[in-house]
Amino acid sequence: MSGGTQLENANPVIFERSGERLQTAHDEDEDVHDPIDDREIFDMIRSINDPEHPLSLEELNVVEQVRVKVDDNESNVHVEFTPTIPHCSMATLIGLSIKVKLLRSLPDRFKIDVRITPGTHASEDAVNKQLADKERVAAALENSSLLEVINQCLYTKSI
Amino acid sequence: MKDNLILVQRLNAHPDSRCWFVCWSPNGTLLASCGGDKAIRIWGREGESWVCKGVLEDRHERTVRKVAWSPCGNYLASASFDATTSIWKKKNDEFENLVVLDGHENEVKCVAWSPSGNLLATCSRDKSVWVWEVDDDDEYECSTVLNSHTQDVKHVTWHPTQELLASASYDNNICIYKEVDDDWECQATLQGHTSTVWSLSFSATGEMLASCSDDRTVKIWKEYPAESGQGNMSWKCVCTLSGYHGRTVFDVDWCRLTGALATASGDDAVRVFKEEPSPDPDQPLFSLAAHMPKAHSQDVNSVAWNPKEAGLLVSCSDSGDIAIWRFQD
Repeated sequence: MSGGTQLENANPVIFERSGERLQTAHDEDEDVHDPIDDREIFDMIRSINDPEHPLSLEELNVVEQVRVKVDDNESNVHVEFTPTIPHCSMATLIGLSIKVKLLRSLPDRFKIDVRITPGTHASEDAVNKQLADKERVAAALENSSLLEVINQCLYTKSI
Repeated sequence: MKDNLILVQRLNAHPDSRCWFVCWSPNGTLLASCGGDKAIRIWGREGESWVCKGVLEDRHERTVRKVAWSPCGNYLASASFDATTSIWKKKNDEFENLVVLDGHENEVKCVAWSPSGNLLATCSRDKSVWVWEVDDDDEYECSTVLNSHTQDVKHVTWHPTQELLASASYDNNICIYKEVDDDWECQATLQGHTSTVWSLSFSATGEMLASCSDDRTVKIWKEYPAESGQGNMSWKCVCTLSGYHGRTVFDVDWCRLTGALATASGDDAVRVFKEEPSPDPDQPLFSLAAHMPKAHSQDVNSVAWNPKEAGLLVSCSDSGDIAIWRFQD
């Protein structure tokens, strides 16, 4: 994304993208109650762009389907994300992008918790606390330059 | 137990936005609400129902986080993410913006008037608490900047009768300040919560203080005489209400008429606790007297007891609505 500047993680390991969700007859039956599942949440966040690489969070293994837990009945979603390096200064921004994407995509009833995969970041507790503080998240989202950066991360390229 | 809390009215107060805070006027006849729509709304009773009496807008450029009435009821202060605090003066049924208090580096999170109305406290994400002096000509002057917290300060509240100020912070601590020889000092730091302390409320006499936190507990603190050799006052945690709240507790309000304690939680519920007779005054007991699981469709941000009508409770939510409840013991 940022051409001439020094990248924090210049040569990230790139992971293969998962295929499209397989539709079953059950999925297409309009009469069946269809609760939101882990894969559906994963599909909402996997194509979020990394702030410094022209790659998706899925390709950098920052998000994985196994780290997404949704309980439709209880209306809660729990996502863990794994920064590419333990000192990644973009961790809060990545977490915020995931949170904003889910806030915009899911019905209001959902409680959304976004946290760092335990043991994968030097400032894990501080980042988690910041992401869980809805007052600070609300204030951050009123900052137009920050919102622009987040919107760039959420902008889905046409394939 | 659910039957103890009866819905009186629900108001769509801040549509398509959050309602962050609600506050009764001292005589209990007006209610002020504020939110993410940058507006303040004033609600009053007409017959049996509550209606919007006025909208105070176009002053703050960002979210209005909290509002506070002066003890005389003639002034309203509003704290905003735009880093300013506004003072509004009530003239008949209208409110006019009197003065804007600048100085904080970023978001102002809370504002509170002292019991005399001569002092105003504000706190901010810039980690500071400011005490302002108010003179008879409606002039405001900052007399002290207190830097006892190491993080974002969420809430400030005054003792019900004394010029004693308490603040709660993202640093998990509570600080108590007092004026000593013309200088404001932090007299006590209350440690015990394991995450952000969101709000505080003194008991009617001011001997006890309730705090609520992101650690999902409510703690009750009690003042003790200073230990020998120490000038500072001493506050100890005498009770922890644990296991009741499913998520963050955003607000707590201690009713000065009945002693009931109400909480607002991120689990969408409103709860009321009552103090039980305890054999030991140093170990007060509280029991859950009411639990309204889906009080709102989203997080409950604030609760407030009407100061004149015992049992009348108001709550507000991320869904933008206000609910007025009657608590019957």
